Amino acid sequence: MSVEQPQLNNPLPLATRGALPWGRWGIRWAAVIYLGFLVVLPLSAIIQNGLSGGLAAFWSDIVDPIAFGALKLTLTIAVIVTLINAAMGTLTAYVLVRYQFPGRRLFNSLIDMPFAIPTLVTGVMLVALYGPQRTLGAWLSSHGIQVVFATPGVVLALLVVTYPFVIRTVQPVLMEAERGQEEAAYTLGASGWTTFRRVVLPMILPAIITGSLLSFARALGEFGSVVVVAGNIPGRTLTAPVYVYGQIESQNQRGASSMSILLLALSFSLILIVEWMQSRKGKRNVAG
Amino acid sequence: MSQAETTIHSRNAGGATIATSELSQSALSRGREAKPRKQRSRIKESILILVALLYAGGLLIAPLIAIVWGSLAEGAGAFAREITSTDAVSSFKLTLIMAATATVINTVFGLCIAWALVRDDFWGRRIINGLVDMPFAVSPVIAGFMLILLFGRGGWLTHLTEGIGLKVVFALPGILLATVFISLPFVIREVAPVLSQVSADQESAAHTMGASGWQTFWHVTLPAIRWGLLYGVSLTFARAVGEIGAVLVVSGGVSGLTETSTLFIYRSLDDRNYVGANAMSVVLAGVSFLILIVIEFFKKRAEDH
Repeated sequence: MSVEQPQLNNPLPLATRGALPWGRWGIRWAAVIYLGFLVVLPLSAIIQNGLSGGLAAFWSDIVDPIAFGALKLTLTIAVIVTLINAAMGTLTAYVLVRYQFPGRRLFNSLIDMPFAIPTLVTGVMLVALYGPQRTLGAWLSSHGIQVVFATPGVVLALLVVTYPFVIRTVQPVLMEAERGQEEAAYTLGASGWTTFRRVVLPMILPAIITGSLLSFARALGEFGSVVVVAGNIPGRTLTAPVYVYGQIESQNQRGASSMSILLLALSFSLILIVEWMQSRKGKRNVAG
Repeated sequence: MSQAETTIHSRNAGGATIATSELSQSALSRGREAKPRKQRSRIKESILILVALLYAGGLLIAPLIAIVWGSLAEGAGAFAREITSTDAVSSFKLTLIMAATATVINTVFGLCIAWALVRDDFWGRRIINGLVDMPFAVSPVIAGFMLILLFGRGGWLTHLTEGIGLKVVFALPGILLATVFISLPFVIREVAPVLSQVSADQESAAHTMGASGWQTFWHVTLPAIRWGLLYGVSLTFARAVGEIGAVLVVSGGVSGLTETSTLFIYRSLDDRNYVGANAMSVVLAGVSFLILIVIEFFKKRAEDH
């Protein structure tokens, strides 16, 4: 992040510094209190609640068969979704940056659609398309493929919701990349695929990883689309966030807290890794 | 896209019938192969474009068409009846009010936090920087649950709020808090980078010439960050309109009173009122499209400046 640039952190010359302390202190404390109230306090409450029965109770909440099944399912699906996103996102970003075709600008604007459309609506849309009473859904289920209320539906919902992440991280890197090397490799006789693998891929790999981690974190916590599409069958379509919701509804607060803490720790560490990767990239850019 | 496909493409091209994937590895045969190769790469290009478009079409466009179709399944009359029902209208109003309020709150405090992150220097600034991302890491359900732990029965702050006669959980303040929480990072994350590009010199120059802090912000800082800010604001609003997980946990789901549009859809699905759920989904999708157009516009402006 460019936030780290030192010359910007010493903003006002001494002459004016005296004139501003009130506003400066006001803003600083507004920031601290706002985040303290909205983020730190709720987090402390959930951590306290989850650990209120001691570590042993926390552990038994997690390894409870239904809870553990939900966790395993969520992680498995998140991995599948992330891998598909990495491949398709890279391909889409490449096509958008390197090729000219009619409708490219429109396509580019549509990429952000899943960020704008409510996730619950995404779920309703998928049911409208693949639901058992619909044409496509009926045709698929007559061929033995159940989408809605089954694992493929959950995968599909998460694929829609996380669609933009890899594309939006890879695109700017590809745009900035010089095409000289790529063309040189191609002229020297490397095939398109070899050029991509040896020249382009190493350049955009950090961006692919960043986008993939973001979509993984998002997939871990997604609720709105999944709750509509999944039948919430333990071990098959019950994901961890939906499990948490069920525990809240059935008044098992500690069980909900324990799973929440685990999910939070997972996705927050993923986001910290992304921040770290981006700040490293920022430094390299400054150095070069 | 592997060697196998390369071979298929070249067969389709009709130019080279030999195993071209091997040839393409060999630099020596390049000159002789120049022309078919160009043709081949054009075919490969079209296939890649087609794959990207089909994937996006299947994932994003097909469900969109299906839902419009589904909402009109019982005719345009049923659609109109559903979206003009008392519950639907009042839920839509509540959604707009909640999203607008949350956006205003997050814009004001987001500007403060972005300013503190970029211009100020104090102990704990880095911690603040990490905390800002927290709402992105928290599943919306968990966000709602945290509010229940704070303000629900026996919660940490329940005594305080009950003391002043304020009901938070299962009431509007809870919905607002949940919405504010999940849309918190957008303004900060869009404004901070733009703000750090704006030199502090201009601000201090205005200040030396006698402008008050407020005047400096209004006439110097704000014009410089406006597109980034508007981009962040529109993202905040879009996220606030579409929230379900946090709101579902916090609200009691009393229709007409604490029911937002997404909750209306959720309840309609539960009641097997699919036309109603589809109709409201179409309305929300339409609103999202409008917001998306605005977002794209501001984003382009923010990138140009």
